[in-house]
Amino acid sequence: MDGINVVELTIVVVLFLLVTVLGFAASRWRRAENLMHLDEWGLGGRSFGSWITWFLLGGDLYTAYTFVAVPALMFGAGAAGFFAVPYTIIIYPLVFLVVIRLWSVSHVRGFVTPADFVRSRFDSPTLALLVAITGIVATMPYIALQLVGIEAILKAMGVEGDLPLIVAFIILAIYTYNSGLRAPALIAVVKDTLIYLTIIVAVIVIPSKLGGWDGIFGAAEQKFSAGAGVILPASGQLGYATLALGSALALFLYPHSITGVLAASNRDALKRNMSALPIYSLALGLIALLGYMAIAAGTEPIGTDGNTIVPVLFQQMFPSWFAGIAFAAIGIGALVPAAIMSIAAANLFTRNIYKEYLRKDATSRQEAKVAKVASLVVKLGAVAAILFLNPQFSIDLQLIGGVIILQTMPSVALGLYTRWLHRGGLVAGWVAGMAAGLLMVYNIPKLNPDGTVAREHFGGSSFALSKLGLDTKSAVYAGLLALLVNLAVAVVVTVMLRAMRVDDGVDGTAESDYTAEREDPTVRDLPDPLASVPPGAAREGGARR
Amino acid sequence: MSTAPTPPRTPVTEDVAPQRSDRSPWNWLLLVPIVVVLLVPIYNRVEPTLFGWPFFYWLQLAFVALGVATTSIVYRMTRRSPAERQAARDAIARDADAGSRED
Repeated sequence: MDGINVVELTIVVVLFLLVTVLGFAASRWRRAENLMHLDEWGLGGRSFGSWITWFLLGGDLYTAYTFVAVPALMFGAGAAGFFAVPYTIIIYPLVFLVVIRLWSVSHVRGFVTPADFVRSRFDSPTLALLVAITGIVATMPYIALQLVGIEAILKAMGVEGDLPLIVAFIILAIYTYNSGLRAPALIAVVKDTLIYLTIIVAVIVIPSKLGGWDGIFGAAEQKFSAGAGVILPASGQLGYATLALGSALALFLYPHSITGVLAASNRDALKRNMSALPIYSLALGLIALLGYMAIAAGTEPIGTDGNTIVPVLFQQMFPSWFAGIAFAAIGIGALVPAAIMSIAAANLFTRNIYKEYLRKDATSRQEAKVAKVASLVVKLGAVAAILFLNPQFSIDLQLIGGVIILQTMPSVALGLYTRWLHRGGLVAGWVAGMAAGLLMVYNIPKLNPDGTVAREHFGGSSFALSKLGLDTKSAVYAGLLALLVNLAVAVVVTVMLRAMRVDDGVDGTAESDYTAEREDPTVRDLPDPLASVPPGAAREGGARR
Repeated sequence: MSTAPTPPRTPVTEDVAPQRSDRSPWNWLLLVPIVVVLLVPIYNRVEPTLFGWPFFYWLQLAFVALGVATTSIVYRMTRRSPAERQAARDAIARDADAGSRED
């Protein structure tokens, strides 16, 4: 690991320049004349078909951090790290019906963010603000973690200092500012090509060098022989299942996932993607096993940074030129989600904080302007977080991110089906769920492999049931428990408020909105109080029969 | 909701889209992969192995196919008629045209 690996670095830089050109060119792709509208900049004109949606959502949900951290988890903790596979299998049948309802109502009413929907559905700017803030807070550390992925490959190539990281992010920030969601959509195509190429080569080449899969699983079996070997201990099964379920429930509540969903051009594109996106889960399962391959290959992380396991393994197994391609895949894999996340956070800020509280009469041009600037601020914040704070802080926050974003489930997901829960009950439930979730995560210690306590707080997200007085060694995903608290409080308060006949506001959506199709007219065809879209004259006729 | 110019409609809750339903008995099929995948005890074993892979790993990867199969079936069975899907495609094309003509 002496000095810089020139071949690898050259390939990474060349591919990075290629996607930079694409990022800037994206503003001219399927171009609308006027990018200065949030629908255009922030949702790519709501025009992406099945293919682009597949690349966009795939690039969005399966991030570089996932590709680096999941194998690192397998390397360190064994079978428990494989939860990413069941998690990403159940997600699609789970949200199959839900996301298309969200797409439809947003299409008809012109919603850009989940908080827009909540505001209109429950007639509550307060609840919308809570949803928006939760979304922004959960997303910010996630963006910072994408930088951890880039850092891992820079370290492996022997590049020192923070400057390359800063330069990469500034370039990303500029073309996102310029092209909006079209940039990550186009770059995602390159990213996925590189990722799939890397995985296919890795699962063919590496096992053949390590004496086959028997040898790989055998090495892992030996490493974890003190525990349950390559399967889960009996007490770990409940935690495994609840973590998979809780993570799956959380994933499509994240603002960046919803941005990807709303950018689709119609319901069919989304439904088809619910069947096509699991191809990424297959890839993720193979990537996870890179952690075991690293065990078999005797890979040592650089310093104490476990996230460097995969890059170092690639260097051991591949010639420099192909390691360079694999590193570029990880690096570009970080840019795509970082761009989408910053756009999603910017949309939330613009629609639900700026327009709601700071400037109610903002024109769509001003909205787009504010969102573009906000996306810059968000990315600079992420760079600052990585440079000036301990990266562990971002990892802790991201862990909490899943727990807190789950607390928006009753208003965002259940809200798509029923308005029975009272807006006051939803606010109370959110407060209770947040408090419970944070309290639990705060009280989870991080243990060393020998069972001693390494850190007292924020040591993970699996909450030991014994702390609740239950006589068991099992643990449960804290986010799921917090969600139960949230729901219980929401129901109780709703019953109370209904008994006291407290006004629950006016529903700003109609039942038929939730099943609307692309060809149906939208409120933008009517004089619309929410958005001042230039009237699409062509939309007027013919849409109704 | 005629096509003739009409005065502004005030209540936002007025129906814009026609009434449809997304209910279908086929939707219940979506529960199958969710429930099966979460039943960890059924696959938390090493044997039988496949190509050197313990059961725990190869079965979970095989579950990907189960998820794909169920969502595909539900999509096919609840799909709209070809004419209706063409209407959606026409709407997309029309909006794209309108977008490129705007200033």
